[in-house]
Amino acid sequence: MEHIFPMTKMDKNTKAWVERLNCSGSMRRRLQDIGLIEGTRVECLFRRVKGGPTAYLIRGAVIALRPADSDQILVAGRRSI
Amino acid sequence: MKRFLSHLHEKLRPEAANNKAMLLQKESPEDLLIAIGGNPNVGKSTVFNALTGMRQHTGNWSGKTVSTACGECRRFGKRYILTDIPGTYSLFAHSAEEEVARDFLCFGGADAALIVCDATCLERNLNLVLQTMEITPHTAVCINLMDEAEKRGIRIDPLSLERRLGIPVTTCTARSGKGLDSILALLKETAEHTPEPVLPRYTEPIEEAASLLEPLFPKDSVPSARWLSLRILEPQESWTEQLRKYIFSMPNQEEIFRTAKKAQLILEKNNISPEELQDQLTSCLVRTSEDICCEAILSGCSCISPRYRKLDSILTGRFTAIPFMLILLALVFWLTISGANVPSELLSQGFSALEAWMIQFFQSIHAPSWLISLLFEGIWRVLSWVVSVMLPPMAIFFPLFTLLEDLGYLPRIAFNLDKPFCKARACGKQALTMCMEKYMLFLNWILKTIKNYNSLVLFSFSLFVYFVMPLSDFYMIYKTV
Repeated sequence: MEHIFPMTKMDKNTKAWVERLNCSGSMRRRLQDIGLIEGTRVECLFRRVKGGPTAYLIRGAVIALRPADSDQILVAGRRSI
Repeated sequence: MKRFLSHLHEKLRPEAANNKAMLLQKESPEDLLIAIGGNPNVGKSTVFNALTGMRQHTGNWSGKTVSTACGECRRFGKRYILTDIPGTYSLFAHSAEEEVARDFLCFGGADAALIVCDATCLERNLNLVLQTMEITPHTAVCINLMDEAEKRGIRIDPLSLERRLGIPVTTCTARSGKGLDSILALLKETAEHTPEPVLPRYTEPIEEAASLLEPLFPKDSVPSARWLSLRILEPQESWTEQLRKYIFSMPNQEEIFRTAKKAQLILEKNNISPEELQDQLTSCLVRTSEDICCEAILSGCSCISPRYRKLDSILTGRFTAIPFMLILLALVFWLTISGANVPSELLSQGFSALEAWMIQFFQSIHAPSWLISLLFEGIWRVLSWVVSVMLPPMAIFFPLFTLLEDLGYLPRIAFNLDKPFCKARACGKQALTMCMEKYMLFLNWILKTIKNYNSLVLFSFSLFVYFVMPLSDFYMIYKTV
Protein backbone atom coordinates (compact mmCIF):
# COMPACT_ATOMS: atom_id res chain seq x y z
CA MET A 1 0.00 0.00 0.00
CA GLU A 2 1.34 3.42 -0.98
CA HIS A 3 1.59 6.01 1.73
CA ILE A 4 2.33 9.71 1.60
CA PHE A 5 4.63 10.85 4.38
CA PRO A 6 7.40 13.39 5.05
CA MET A 7 10.83 12.46 3.78
CA THR A 8 12.17 12.55 7.34
CA LYS A 9 10.18 9.43 8.12
CA MET A 10 11.83 7.36 5.42
CA ASP A 11 13.57 4.22 6.63
CA LYS A 12 17.18 3.53 5.84
CA ASN A 13 17.76 1.91 2.44
CA THR A 14 14.25 2.52 1.16
CA LYS A 15 13.12 4.33 -1.95
CA ALA A 16 10.31 6.79 -2.41
CA TRP A 17 9.04 9.30 -4.95
CA VAL A 18 8.55 13.00 -4.29
CA GLU A 19 4.89 13.91 -4.09
CA ARG A 20 5.10 17.63 -3.35
CA LEU A 21 7.10 20.31 -1.56
CA ASN A 22 5.40 21.99 1.35
CA CYS A 23 7.65 25.02 1.51
CA SER A 24 7.83 28.22 -0.45
CA GLY A 25 10.31 30.92 -1.33
CA SER A 26 14.01 30.36 -1.57
CA MET A 27 14.01 26.98 0.17
CA ARG A 28 11.58 25.66 -2.42
CA ARG A 29 13.81 26.97 -5.22
CA ARG A 30 16.87 25.37 -3.66
CA LEU A 31 15.22 22.00 -3.34
CA GLN A 32 13.99 22.21 -6.91
CA ASP A 33 17.44 23.18 -8.11
CA ILE A 34 18.92 20.00 -6.72
CA GLY A 35 16.30 18.11 -8.69
CA LEU A 36 13.54 17.55 -6.14
CA ILE A 37 10.44 17.92 -8.26
CA GLU A 38 7.30 15.84 -8.38
CA GLY A 39 8.14 12.27 -9.28
CA THR A 40 11.85 12.39 -8.42
CA ARG A 41 13.09 9.17 -6.91
CA VAL A 42 14.94 9.50 -3.62
CA GLU A 43 16.74 6.85 -1.65
CA CYS A 44 17.45 7.21 2.04
CA LEU A 45 21.10 6.27 2.65
CA PHE A 46 22.12 6.92 6.23
CA ARG A 47 21.47 9.00 9.28
CA ARG A 48 23.96 9.32 12.12
CA VAL A 49 21.85 10.44 15.02
CA LYS A 50 18.18 11.12 15.47
CA GLY A 51 17.47 14.75 14.72
CA GLY A 52 20.66 15.16 12.71
CA PRO A 53 20.92 15.45 8.96
CA THR A 54 20.17 12.46 6.74
CA ALA A 55 21.93 11.56 3.50
CA TYR A 56 19.76 10.88 0.47
CA LEU A 57 20.59 9.74 -3.02
CA ILE A 58 18.94 12.23 -5.35
CA ARG A 59 19.50 12.03 -9.09
CA GLY A 60 22.92 10.46 -8.72
CA ALA A 61 24.20 12.78 -6.01
CA VAL A 62 24.41 12.14 -2.28
CA ILE A 63 22.79 15.07 -0.52
CA ALA A 64 22.38 15.60 3.21
CA LEU A 65 19.24 17.38 4.38
CA ARG A 66 18.36 18.53 7.86
CA PRO A 67 15.11 17.23 9.30
CA ALA A 68 13.74 20.78 9.37
CA ASP A 69 14.02 20.83 5.58
CA SER A 70 13.18 17.26 4.72
CA ASP A 71 10.04 17.50 6.88
CA GLN A 72 8.58 19.74 4.24
CA ILE A 73 9.09 17.28 1.44
CA LEU A 74 6.28 14.80 1.07
CA VAL A 75 7.12 11.51 -0.57
CA ALA A 76 5.07 8.53 -1.64
CA GLY A 77 6.20 4.98 -1.28
CA ARG A 78 5.90 1.76 0.56
CA ARG A 79 6.62 2.06 4.23
CA SER A 80 7.42 -0.68 6.59
CA ILE A 81 5.61 0.24 9.77
CA MET B 1 54.48 45.57 10.52
CA LYS B 2 50.87 46.14 9.76
CA ARG B 3 51.37 44.78 6.29
CA PHE B 4 53.18 41.82 7.68
CA LEU B 5 50.34 41.14 10.06
CA SER B 6 47.73 41.30 7.37
CA HIS B 7 49.86 39.04 5.24
CA LEU B 8 50.13 36.65 8.14
CA HIS B 9 46.43 36.73 8.58
CA GLU B 10 45.96 35.89 4.96
CA LYS B 11 48.29 32.96 5.40
CA LEU B 12 46.24 31.79 8.32
CA ARG B 13 43.12 31.92 6.26
CA PRO B 14 44.03 30.74 2.78
CA GLU B 15 40.55 31.39 1.47
CA ALA B 16 40.98 35.08 2.16
CA ALA B 17 43.89 35.30 -0.23
CA ASN B 18 41.82 33.88 -3.05
CA ASN B 19 39.08 36.40 -2.69
CA LYS B 20 41.18 39.09 -4.23
CA ALA B 21 39.95 39.12 -7.77
CA MET B 22 42.49 40.00 -10.34
CA LEU B 23 40.74 41.67 -13.17
CA LEU B 24 42.27 41.37 -16.57
CA GLN B 25 41.05 43.33 -19.47
CA LYS B 26 40.94 42.85 -23.17
CA GLU B 27 43.94 44.42 -24.87
CA SER B 28 42.69 44.06 -28.40
CA PRO B 29 39.31 43.12 -29.89
CA GLU B 30 40.92 39.86 -31.01
CA ASP B 31 41.16 38.68 -27.39
CA LEU B 32 38.54 36.26 -26.16
CA LEU B 33 36.92 36.72 -22.79
CA ILE B 34 35.72 33.37 -21.47
CA ALA B 35 33.57 32.68 -18.41
CA ILE B 36 34.08 29.30 -16.77
CA GLY B 37 31.07 28.16 -14.78
CA GLY B 38 29.67 24.96 -13.40
CA ASN B 39 28.18 23.32 -10.35
CA PRO B 40 30.20 23.53 -7.16
CA ASN B 41 32.69 20.74 -6.83
CA VAL B 42 33.06 19.65 -10.45
CA GLY B 43 36.70 20.64 -10.91
CA LYS B 44 36.05 24.06 -12.40
CA SER B 45 39.06 25.53 -10.67
CA THR B 46 41.17 22.55 -11.77
CA VAL B 47 40.22 23.20 -15.38
CA PHE B 48 40.92 26.88 -14.87
CA ASN B 49 44.34 26.20 -13.35
CA ALA B 50 45.25 23.64 -15.97
CA LEU B 51 44.46 26.09 -18.75
CA THR B 52 46.10 29.14 -17.25
CA GLY B 53 48.92 27.48 -15.34
CA MET B 54 47.83 29.41 -12.29
CA ARG B 55 47.71 27.97 -8.82
CA GLN B 56 44.44 29.05 -7.44
CA HIS B 57 43.72 26.85 -4.47
CA THR B 58 41.41 24.04 -5.48
CA GLY B 59 39.58 21.64 -3.30
CA ASN B 60 36.32 19.82 -3.13
CA TRP B 61 34.90 22.14 -0.54
CA SER B 62 32.00 23.81 -2.23
CA GLY B 63 32.08 27.56 -2.49
CA LYS B 64 35.82 27.87 -3.00
CA THR B 65 35.41 30.68 -5.46
CA VAL B 66 33.69 33.51 -3.67
CA SER B 67 34.33 36.15 -6.25
CA THR B 68 35.62 35.78 -9.76
CA ALA B 69 39.26 35.03 -10.49
CA CYS B 70 41.01 35.79 -13.75
CA GLY B 71 43.83 34.22 -15.68
CA GLU B 72 45.07 34.20 -19.22
CA CYS B 73 46.63 31.91 -21.78
CA ARG B 74 47.71 32.12 -25.39
CA ARG B 75 46.87 29.57 -28.06
CA PHE B 76 46.21 29.56 -31.81
CA GLY B 77 47.55 33.12 -31.97
CA LYS B 78 44.85 34.34 -29.61
CA ARG B 79 44.84 35.60 -26.09
CA TYR B 80 42.23 33.93 -23.90
CA ILE B 81 41.16 35.69 -20.75
CA LEU B 82 39.53 33.12 -18.51
CA THR B 83 37.30 34.06 -15.64
CA ASP B 84 36.40 31.52 -12.99
CA ILE B 85 32.91 32.34 -11.77
CA PRO B 86 31.40 30.95 -8.55
CA GLY B 87 30.00 27.45 -8.72
CA THR B 88 26.21 27.27 -8.64
CA TYR B 89 23.48 24.74 -9.26
CA SER B 90 21.25 27.23 -10.97
CA LEU B 91 21.10 30.82 -12.16
CA PHE B 92 17.84 31.91 -10.61
CA ALA B 93 19.82 34.20 -8.30
CA HIS B 94 18.67 32.87 -4.94
CA SER B 95 22.06 33.31 -3.31
CA ALA B 96 25.05 35.64 -3.48
CA GLU B 97 27.08 33.22 -5.60
CA GLU B 98 24.25 32.69 -8.03
CA GLU B 99 23.81 36.42 -8.37
CA VAL B 100 27.50 36.96 -9.12
CA ALA B 101 27.54 34.08 -11.60
CA ARG B 102 24.39 35.22 -13.35
CA ASP B 103 25.41 38.86 -13.56
CA PHE B 104 28.75 37.91 -15.00
CA LEU B 105 27.22 35.68 -17.66
CA CYS B 106 24.68 38.35 -18.56
CA PHE B 107 26.63 41.56 -18.35
CA GLY B 108 30.29 40.53 -17.98
CA GLY B 109 30.85 40.88 -21.72
CA ALA B 110 32.16 37.33 -22.15
CA ASP B 111 32.61 36.11 -25.71
CA ALA B 112 31.85 32.57 -24.68
CA ALA B 113 30.84 30.61 -21.60
CA LEU B 114 32.30 27.23 -20.73
CA ILE B 115 30.22 25.12 -18.38
CA VAL B 116 32.19 22.40 -16.66
CA CYS B 117 30.15 19.31 -15.80
CA ASP B 118 30.74 16.33 -13.56
CA ALA B 119 30.57 13.13 -15.61
CA THR B 120 29.49 11.14 -12.58
CA CYS B 121 26.28 13.09 -12.12
CA LEU B 122 25.63 14.70 -15.43
CA GLU B 123 21.90 15.03 -14.98
CA ARG B 124 22.15 17.50 -12.17
CA ASN B 125 24.76 19.52 -14.06
CA LEU B 126 22.68 19.86 -17.20
CA ASN B 127 20.25 22.12 -15.36
CA LEU B 128 22.90 24.83 -15.27
CA VAL B 129 23.90 24.18 -18.88
CA LEU B 130 20.31 24.68 -20.03
CA GLN B 131 20.02 27.91 -18.07
CA THR B 132 23.29 29.25 -19.46
CA MET B 133 22.22 28.40 -23.00
CA GLU B 134 19.14 30.49 -22.46
CA ILE B 135 21.26 33.49 -21.53
CA THR B 136 23.88 33.19 -24.24
CA PRO B 137 24.07 30.96 -27.31
CA HIS B 138 27.86 31.13 -27.10
CA THR B 139 28.00 28.27 -24.63
CA ALA B 140 30.24 25.23 -24.67
CA VAL B 141 30.16 22.22 -22.37
CA CYS B 142 33.15 20.40 -20.98
CA ILE B 143 32.48 17.15 -19.15
CA ASN B 144 35.15 16.72 -16.53
CA LEU B 145 36.06 13.76 -14.28
CA MET B 146 35.80 11.25 -17.11
CA ASP B 147 38.28 8.96 -15.34
CA GLU B 148 36.09 8.82 -12.26
CA ALA B 149 33.03 8.04 -14.38
CA GLU B 150 34.91 5.29 -16.18
CA LYS B 151 35.84 3.76 -12.84
CA ARG B 152 32.18 3.66 -11.90
CA GLY B 153 31.23 2.17 -15.24
CA ILE B 154 29.43 5.23 -16.55
CA ARG B 155 29.73 5.76 -20.29
CA ILE B 156 28.67 9.04 -21.85
CA ASP B 157 27.97 9.77 -25.49
CA PRO B 158 29.13 13.35 -26.12
CA LEU B 159 27.78 13.32 -29.68
CA SER B 160 24.28 12.62 -28.49
CA LEU B 161 24.60 15.45 -25.98
CA GLU B 162 25.84 17.77 -28.69
CA ARG B 163 22.89 16.91 -30.87
CA ARG B 164 20.33 17.37 -28.13
CA LEU B 165 21.81 20.58 -26.76
CA GLY B 166 22.87 22.08 -30.07
CA ILE B 167 26.13 23.38 -28.57
CA PRO B 168 29.67 21.99 -28.68
CA VAL B 169 30.52 19.36 -26.08
CA THR B 170 33.91 17.96 -25.15
CA THR B 171 35.19 15.60 -22.49
CA CYS B 172 38.29 15.85 -20.35
CA THR B 173 40.09 14.74 -17.22
CA ALA B 174 41.50 18.00 -15.91
CA ARG B 175 43.45 16.38 -13.07
CA SER B 176 45.71 14.55 -15.51
CA GLY B 177 45.44 17.17 -18.22
CA LYS B 178 43.68 14.87 -20.68
CA GLY B 179 41.49 16.60 -23.23
CA LEU B 180 42.46 20.14 -22.27
CA ASP B 181 43.74 21.02 -25.74
CA SER B 182 40.38 20.55 -27.33
CA ILE B 183 38.72 22.94 -24.87
CA LEU B 184 40.45 26.05 -26.20
CA ALA B 185 39.78 25.09 -29.81
CA LEU B 186 36.17 24.53 -28.89
CA LEU B 187 35.93 27.89 -27.15
CA LYS B 188 37.36 29.70 -30.16
CA GLU B 189 34.78 28.04 -32.36
CA THR B 190 31.98 28.86 -29.92
CA ALA B 191 32.97 32.50 -29.67
CA GLU B 192 33.35 33.06 -33.40
CA HIS B 193 30.43 31.07 -34.76
CA THR B 194 27.13 31.25 -33.00
CA PRO B 195 25.92 27.75 -32.15
CA GLU B 196 22.21 27.13 -32.33
CA PRO B 197 21.24 25.80 -28.92
CA VAL B 198 18.11 23.71 -28.58
CA LEU B 199 16.35 25.53 -25.77
CA PRO B 200 13.93 23.84 -23.40
CA ARG B 201 10.25 24.47 -24.19
CA TYR B 202 8.01 25.45 -21.32
CA THR B 203 4.26 24.99 -21.03
CA GLU B 204 2.00 26.61 -23.62
CA PRO B 205 0.87 29.68 -21.62
CA ILE B 206 4.46 30.55 -20.63
CA GLU B 207 5.66 30.23 -24.21
CA GLU B 208 2.78 32.38 -25.39
CA ALA B 209 3.52 35.09 -22.83
CA ALA B 210 7.24 35.04 -23.59
CA SER B 211 6.71 35.24 -27.33
CA LEU B 212 4.77 38.49 -26.84
CA LEU B 213 7.80 40.09 -25.20
CA GLU B 214 10.59 38.57 -27.24
CA PRO B 215 10.43 40.89 -30.29
CA LEU B 216 10.88 43.94 -28.04
CA PHE B 217 14.44 43.05 -27.13
CA PRO B 218 17.47 43.33 -29.41
CA LYS B 219 18.21 40.19 -31.38
CA ASP B 220 21.47 38.28 -31.04
CA SER B 221 22.61 40.08 -27.93
CA VAL B 222 23.59 38.80 -24.51
CA PRO B 223 21.46 38.25 -22.43
CA SER B 224 19.20 36.82 -25.11
CA ALA B 225 15.73 38.16 -25.87
CA ARG B 226 14.11 34.93 -24.77
CA TRP B 227 15.85 34.94 -21.40
CA LEU B 228 14.96 38.59 -20.78
CA SER B 229 11.32 38.04 -21.62
CA LEU B 230 11.14 35.11 -19.23
CA ARG B 231 12.64 37.28 -16.48
CA ILE B 232 10.20 40.08 -17.16
CA LEU B 233 7.40 37.65 -16.41
CA GLU B 234 8.83 37.04 -12.96
CA PRO B 235 8.11 39.49 -10.15
CA GLN B 236 10.52 42.43 -10.07
CA GLU B 237 11.74 41.55 -6.57
CA SER B 238 13.59 38.58 -8.00
CA TRP B 239 15.64 40.72 -10.39
CA THR B 240 19.24 41.45 -9.58
CA GLU B 241 20.43 45.04 -9.38
CA GLN B 242 22.24 44.77 -12.71
CA LEU B 243 19.24 43.32 -14.49
CA ARG B 244 17.07 46.13 -13.19
CA LYS B 245 19.57 48.69 -14.48
CA TYR B 246 19.75 46.97 -17.84
CA ILE B 247 16.00 46.90 -18.33
CA PHE B 248 15.46 50.44 -17.14
CA SER B 249 18.14 51.67 -19.53
CA MET B 250 16.38 50.25 -22.56
CA PRO B 251 14.95 52.89 -24.89
CA ASN B 252 11.60 51.14 -25.28
CA GLN B 253 11.10 50.29 -21.62
CA GLU B 254 7.59 51.73 -21.50
CA GLU B 255 6.46 49.47 -24.30
CA ILE B 256 8.14 46.55 -22.58
CA PHE B 257 6.29 47.10 -19.31
CA ARG B 258 3.00 47.58 -21.15
CA THR B 259 3.47 44.29 -22.97
CA ALA B 260 4.64 42.64 -19.77
CA LYS B 261 1.27 43.45 -18.18
CA LYS B 262 -0.49 41.80 -21.13
CA ALA B 263 1.77 38.78 -20.85
CA GLN B 264 1.14 38.48 -17.15
CA LEU B 265 -2.59 38.54 -17.85
CA ILE B 266 -2.17 35.50 -20.05
CA LEU B 267 -0.44 33.72 -17.18
CA GLU B 268 -3.14 34.76 -14.74
CA LYS B 269 -5.86 33.50 -17.06
CA ASN B 270 -4.17 30.12 -17.00
CA ASN B 271 -3.92 30.17 -13.21
CA ILE B 272 -0.15 30.56 -13.17
CA SER B 273 0.89 32.54 -10.10
CA PRO B 274 4.47 33.82 -9.78
CA GLU B 275 5.19 30.85 -7.51
CA GLU B 276 3.68 28.44 -10.00
CA LEU B 277 5.65 30.08 -12.81
CA GLN B 278 8.91 29.44 -10.97
CA ASP B 279 7.82 25.87 -10.27
CA GLN B 280 7.06 25.25 -13.90
CA LEU B 281 10.29 26.85 -15.14
CA THR B 282 12.44 24.82 -12.75
CA SER B 283 10.69 21.51 -13.17
CA CYS B 284 10.75 21.87 -16.94
CA LEU B 285 14.53 22.32 -16.81
CA VAL B 286 14.92 19.31 -14.53
CA ARG B 287 12.72 17.17 -16.76
CA THR B 288 14.57 18.24 -19.89
CA SER B 289 17.90 17.32 -18.26
CA GLU B 290 16.49 13.95 -17.29
CA ASP B 291 15.29 13.36 -20.81
CA ILE B 292 18.61 14.34 -22.41
CA CYS B 293 20.55 12.19 -19.95
CA CYS B 294 18.43 9.15 -20.67
CA GLU B 295 19.80 9.23 -24.19
CA ALA B 296 23.35 10.44 -23.54
CA ILE B 297 24.31 8.05 -20.76
CA LEU B 298 24.98 4.76 -22.45
CA SER B 299 25.62 2.57 -19.45
CA GLY B 300 26.13 2.70 -15.75
CA CYS B 301 23.67 3.68 -13.13
CA SER B 302 23.77 6.50 -10.67
CA CYS B 303 23.91 4.19 -7.70
CA ILE B 304 26.62 3.85 -5.10
CA SER B 305 28.82 0.81 -4.94
CA PRO B 306 28.50 -1.42 -1.86
CA ARG B 307 32.11 -0.66 -0.97
CA TYR B 308 31.36 3.03 -0.60
CA ARG B 309 28.24 2.26 1.39
CA LYS B 310 30.22 0.17 3.80
CA LEU B 311 32.87 2.85 4.19
CA ASP B 312 30.22 5.47 4.76
CA SER B 313 28.53 3.39 7.41
CA ILE B 314 31.81 3.49 9.35
CA LEU B 315 32.70 7.11 8.67
CA THR B 316 29.24 8.35 9.56
CA GLY B 317 28.12 5.53 11.82
CA ARG B 318 26.41 6.31 15.08
CA PHE B 319 29.23 5.09 17.31
CA THR B 320 32.19 4.94 14.96
CA ALA B 321 32.04 8.41 13.41
CA ILE B 322 33.30 10.55 16.29
CA PRO B 323 36.14 8.25 17.47
CA PHE B 324 37.27 7.80 13.88
CA MET B 325 37.26 11.54 13.34
CA LEU B 326 39.21 12.22 16.53
CA ILE B 327 41.82 9.61 15.69
CA LEU B 328 42.22 10.96 12.19
CA LEU B 329 42.53 14.55 13.34
CA ALA B 330 44.95 13.55 16.10
CA LEU B 331 47.04 11.81 13.48
CA VAL B 332 47.07 14.92 11.33
CA PHE B 333 48.08 17.08 14.30
CA TRP B 334 50.77 14.68 15.34
CA LEU B 335 52.23 14.52 11.83
CA THR B 336 52.14 18.30 11.61
CA ILE B 337 53.77 18.99 14.92
CA SER B 338 56.38 16.28 14.94
CA GLY B 339 57.19 16.83 11.29
CA ALA B 340 57.58 20.56 11.75
CA ASN B 341 60.07 20.34 14.58
CA VAL B 342 63.19 19.76 12.54
CA PRO B 343 62.69 22.45 9.87
CA SER B 344 61.49 24.80 12.58
CA GLU B 345 64.71 24.29 14.52
CA LEU B 346 66.81 24.75 11.40
CA LEU B 347 65.02 27.97 10.49
CA SER B 348 65.44 29.50 13.91
CA GLN B 349 69.14 28.53 13.92
CA GLY B 350 69.53 30.13 10.53
CA PHE B 351 67.81 33.30 11.65
CA SER B 352 69.93 33.64 14.78
CA ALA B 353 73.12 33.07 12.78
CA LEU B 354 72.00 35.78 10.38
CA GLU B 355 71.20 38.01 13.34
CA ALA B 356 74.66 37.60 14.86
CA TRP B 357 76.23 38.34 11.50
CA MET B 358 74.16 41.46 10.98
CA ILE B 359 74.74 42.76 14.48
CA GLN B 360 78.45 42.44 13.82
CA PHE B 361 78.06 44.36 10.60
CA PHE B 362 76.08 47.15 12.27
CA GLN B 363 78.60 47.38 15.06
CA SER B 364 81.38 47.66 12.53
CA ILE B 365 79.73 50.71 10.96
CA HIS B 366 79.28 52.20 14.43
CA ALA B 367 75.51 52.25 14.50
CA PRO B 368 74.06 53.47 17.81
CA SER B 369 73.40 50.66 20.23
CA TRP B 370 69.73 51.56 20.76
CA LEU B 371 69.12 51.14 17.03
CA ILE B 372 70.79 47.75 17.06
CA SER B 373 68.76 46.55 19.99
CA LEU B 374 65.54 47.89 18.49
CA LEU B 375 66.17 46.33 15.11
CA PHE B 376 67.50 42.98 16.20
CA GLU B 377 66.50 42.18 19.72
CA GLY B 378 63.06 43.63 19.02
CA ILE B 379 61.79 43.43 15.48
CA TRP B 380 64.10 40.81 13.98
CA ARG B 381 63.65 38.29 16.77
CA VAL B 382 59.91 38.57 16.81
CA LEU B 383 59.63 38.17 13.07
CA SER B 384 62.11 35.33 12.81
CA TRP B 385 60.48 33.56 15.69
CA VAL B 386 57.05 33.79 14.16
CA VAL B 387 58.25 32.67 10.74
CA SER B 388 60.24 29.74 12.06
CA VAL B 389 57.39 28.60 14.26
CA MET B 390 54.56 29.04 11.80
CA LEU B 391 55.94 28.26 8.38
CA PRO B 392 56.92 24.58 8.75
CA PRO B 393 53.66 23.42 10.37
CA MET B 394 51.68 25.20 7.72
CA ALA B 395 53.73 23.66 4.94
CA ILE B 396 52.83 20.23 6.35
CA PHE B 397 49.30 20.91 7.51
CA PHE B 398 47.82 22.35 4.33
CA PRO B 399 48.84 19.48 2.05
CA LEU B 400 47.40 17.05 4.61
CA PHE B 401 44.23 19.06 4.75
CA THR B 402 44.02 19.05 0.96
CA LEU B 403 44.45 15.28 1.01
CA LEU B 404 41.47 14.97 3.35
CA GLU B 405 39.51 17.24 1.03
CA ASP B 406 40.37 15.14 -2.01
CA LEU B 407 39.30 11.98 -0.22
CA GLY B 408 35.94 13.58 0.38
CA TYR B 409 36.20 13.24 4.13
CA LEU B 410 35.45 16.86 4.93
CA PRO B 411 31.78 16.82 3.89
CA ARG B 412 31.40 13.76 6.12
CA ILE B 413 32.80 15.63 9.10
CA ALA B 414 30.36 18.43 8.41
CA PHE B 415 27.58 15.86 8.23
CA ASN B 416 28.61 14.29 11.54
CA LEU B 417 28.94 17.56 13.38
CA ASP B 418 25.95 19.36 11.98
CA LYS B 419 23.63 18.65 14.87
CA PRO B 420 25.81 20.01 17.69
CA PHE B 421 26.83 22.96 15.51
CA CYS B 422 23.20 23.72 14.77
CA LYS B 423 22.62 24.06 18.46
CA ALA B 424 25.39 26.64 18.58
CA ARG B 425 23.65 28.59 15.82
CA ALA B 426 26.22 27.59 13.22
CA CYS B 427 26.35 24.86 10.61
CA GLY B 428 28.47 21.75 10.35
CA LYS B 429 30.46 23.13 7.45
CA GLN B 430 32.14 25.65 9.70
CA ALA B 431 33.56 22.92 11.90
CA LEU B 432 36.55 22.43 9.66
CA THR B 433 37.74 25.72 8.38
CA MET B 434 37.51 27.10 11.87
CA CYS B 435 38.46 24.45 14.39
CA MET B 436 41.09 22.47 12.62
CA GLU B 437 43.31 25.36 11.79
CA LYS B 438 42.91 26.95 15.17
CA TYR B 439 43.48 23.76 17.06
CA MET B 440 46.64 23.11 15.16
CA LEU B 441 47.90 26.57 15.98
CA PHE B 442 46.86 26.28 19.58
CA LEU B 443 48.64 23.01 20.17
CA ASN B 444 51.64 24.32 18.40
CA TRP B 445 51.63 27.45 20.49
CA ILE B 446 51.60 25.54 23.74
CA LEU B 447 54.47 23.30 22.70
CA LYS B 448 56.64 26.13 21.49
CA THR B 449 56.07 28.53 24.32
CA ILE B 450 56.79 25.93 26.93
CA LYS B 451 60.07 25.25 25.18
CA ASN B 452 61.33 28.74 24.67
CA TYR B 453 59.59 31.80 25.82
CA ASN B 454 62.23 34.13 26.92
CA SER B 455 60.67 37.53 26.73
CA LEU B 456 57.38 39.14 27.49
CA VAL B 457 57.24 40.71 24.04
CA LEU B 458 57.42 37.38 22.35
CA PHE B 459 54.90 35.94 24.69
CA SER B 460 52.35 38.67 24.19
CA PHE B 461 52.88 38.77 20.46
CA SER B 462 52.33 35.08 20.07
CA LEU B 463 49.33 35.36 22.32
CA PHE B 464 47.97 37.91 19.91
CA VAL B 465 48.65 35.81 16.85
CA TYR B 466 47.23 32.62 18.28
CA PHE B 467 44.27 33.89 20.24
CA VAL B 468 43.12 37.33 19.33
CA MET B 469 43.15 36.77 15.60
CA PRO B 470 41.15 33.54 15.76
CA LEU B 471 38.78 35.28 18.13
CA SER B 472 38.03 37.84 15.47
CA ASP B 473 37.05 34.93 13.23
CA PHE B 474 34.69 33.60 15.84
CA TYR B 475 33.18 37.03 16.12
CA MET B 476 32.72 37.30 12.36
CA ILE B 477 31.05 33.89 12.22
CA TYR B 478 28.85 34.80 15.15
CA LYS B 479 27.82 37.98 13.37
CA THR B 480 27.02 36.29 10.09
CA VAL B 481 24.96 33.48 11.55
